[in-house]
Amino acid sequence: MKENILIIGGGAAGMEAATQLHKMGLNPIIVEKSEALGGHIAQWDRLFPAFHPAKDVVEQMLDNVKDIKTYLNTEVTDIQRNNDGFHAVLSNNETIDAKAVILATGFDVFKAERKQEYGYGIYNNVITSVELEEFFRTGKDERINHPKKIGFVHCVGARDVKVCNTYCSKVCCTTALKQACEIKEVFPDAEVYTFYMDLRMFGLGYEDLYLKSQKDFDVKCVRGRVCEVSEDMDGKIVIKAEDTLFGKPLKMTLDLLVLMCSMEKNKSIDAIQQKLGIANNSDGFMQNKDMYLGMNDTAQEGVFVAGACTAPKSLPDTIGEARSVAVEVYNYLNK
Amino acid sequence: MIIEGKQKIWADYQKDIPNDHYFYVRSCIRQAFWPGSEVTFLDITRNKLGKDFYENPYHTTCGGIAYHSDTIPQETAMTIIARQFALMHESGYENYVCSCITSFGCYTETLETWHEYPELEAIIRQYLWDSCKKEFAKPKYLAHASDLIYKFRFDIAKQMKFPLVNVKTGKPLKVVEHIGCHYSKMFPSKGFGGAEYPHVLVGMIEAWGGEVVDYPERRHCCGFGFRQYFVQANRGYSESNTHKKFESMEPYEPDLIITNCPGCPYFLDRWQYVIAEQTGKTYGKNGYGIPALTYEEVAGLVMGYDPWDLGLQMHQVAIEPLLEKMGIPYDPKKKYQGLNGKDLGQPMCPSCIKSV
Repeated sequence: MKENILIIGGGAAGMEAATQLHKMGLNPIIVEKSEALGGHIAQWDRLFPAFHPAKDVVEQMLDNVKDIKTYLNTEVTDIQRNNDGFHAVLSNNETIDAKAVILATGFDVFKAERKQEYGYGIYNNVITSVELEEFFRTGKDERINHPKKIGFVHCVGARDVKVCNTYCSKVCCTTALKQACEIKEVFPDAEVYTFYMDLRMFGLGYEDLYLKSQKDFDVKCVRGRVCEVSEDMDGKIVIKAEDTLFGKPLKMTLDLLVLMCSMEKNKSIDAIQQKLGIANNSDGFMQNKDMYLGMNDTAQEGVFVAGACTAPKSLPDTIGEARSVAVEVYNYLNK
Repeated sequence: MIIEGKQKIWADYQKDIPNDHYFYVRSCIRQAFWPGSEVTFLDITRNKLGKDFYENPYHTTCGGIAYHSDTIPQETAMTIIARQFALMHESGYENYVCSCITSFGCYTETLETWHEYPELEAIIRQYLWDSCKKEFAKPKYLAHASDLIYKFRFDIAKQMKFPLVNVKTGKPLKVVEHIGCHYSKMFPSKGFGGAEYPHVLVGMIEAWGGEVVDYPERRHCCGFGFRQYFVQANRGYSESNTHKKFESMEPYEPDLIITNCPGCPYFLDRWQYVIAEQTGKTYGKNGYGIPALTYEEVAGLVMGYDPWDLGLQMHQVAIEPLLEKMGIPYDPKKKYQGLNGKDLGQPMCPSCIKSV
């Protein structure tokens, strides 16, 4: 009989880890709390840096896991270690006995209303990067009505002591420039500004995207944080920021403001994480054993981690970690 | 505007404050700027609402202006505050309420600092003993006086005679609210409604029948940034801040500005004259300015106090158009009369902005 591996989370990390474990002859079981597999990426339209349709990637991943046992709309409500591994109880009252557990629980999107000065949930034309992606995917959002002037605010909920998130969320810079290009495609006459602290274009093709956004799409990148957002009589958004390259404050009226929300630790797994004895790291994500050679391991034997549950990660990083966790689990079972 | 978003924030930033028995301390500058405000606060709370608000004649300034002007160190400011707390303790009170926003910020900062650094509190105790032979107890509750008017706003509304409504049109007056910077910008949880969308004055306006104006420069400084005004060479910054606010609120045609800080109504009032002198522009209708009142003055007006007893003749911007909009009777002859009808003399009136 094949050995069960319990994978909590059916996003990119969970699906890819399951795929690899299945290929290795093991029996991964995915438990996903939402109604579908795919995680955040399934809500995305196109991926940076090459504007690749997210749907193609998700469909491929879904095809890869079609023969793998999956529970949807299901959560792990209890988990205990026993002599043979782990005994998990699901919210549908079924139980799973597994040799190992992979936590692939991903991330939560920072709730933009916590940055009250940006006016999300107060001013109609302030939206999040997730909502803009939804607009690209569906073409529907009443707030996005032929905007002539659009701003993007980087680092919303990241690198920000005020909200206790001092870490960089890693993907927001590249996402902002991707979305800036895309909204110019939809509204070619619009002026598009991005407000950044640093542009962290670290991956293959990312710097090219930065140059492309300026050369081909005339996106204007302003180095400075937006400090205040308000609304004028016409419902337009008035922002205050500082252009730190010019050393001057600026004020600008926009039709649409997009907040690039950061990743935060997925807190819905906290109770199970606690039962498994996994601590959080200084950024509030799950603590792995070692950042170099034990990134998939945890302090608890038989419990592994993959993807954005340990830190903000891009999709390629997540898939790489998902594959490596499969190797770690395989080696663990065969030691 | 999504009002539900603001309402959620207002619900998140509420304070459970005591209903009665407060030790009241005045502002060092409000009595000169707006001499009717503090006495009206005490009259409303004591005589109209039947509350116990005690004032000790030996209390002093909190030292906030000197502290924020860098002329005294924080330890000195804290020792002054410790003495105020000692007076409260000696008087048998545990709830402390201050008239001034800067004071509220200083008291809050001091209590929070002592909470984080108890060794500093011990040093201040020693300083107070060495200098005054006094011992203090920290207040169980610290409030700003506008918190109390906010808390009692519906009780005031029950006694209201002249709501914030234009008697000629029947429409709510359009009211700009301006919050003193030190009310909640430093410690958002200490203010009703938090730092970005404070509810303390909004709640009064709504309870008394007015309509709140939210305009792009709502959060901007009134112009009384200490370094802008106390340094004479910087006073242009002070005026430019005020000018920016008026330019931003002008399209909304507000009838009234309500404030909860000593300096804000002063600068929002007086700079209107200077702007008019310099540019010829006024922001009210027909050559008038927009009245900038304290919350106690507004509470007094809606409750039917005589405008001249409230000290509204101390405002540069003429109050009469507002009184007429609200249907409040007033005797023009008494505007410049002191106690017992003594003629105080009419001040010189500028021609660039209407005075009566």
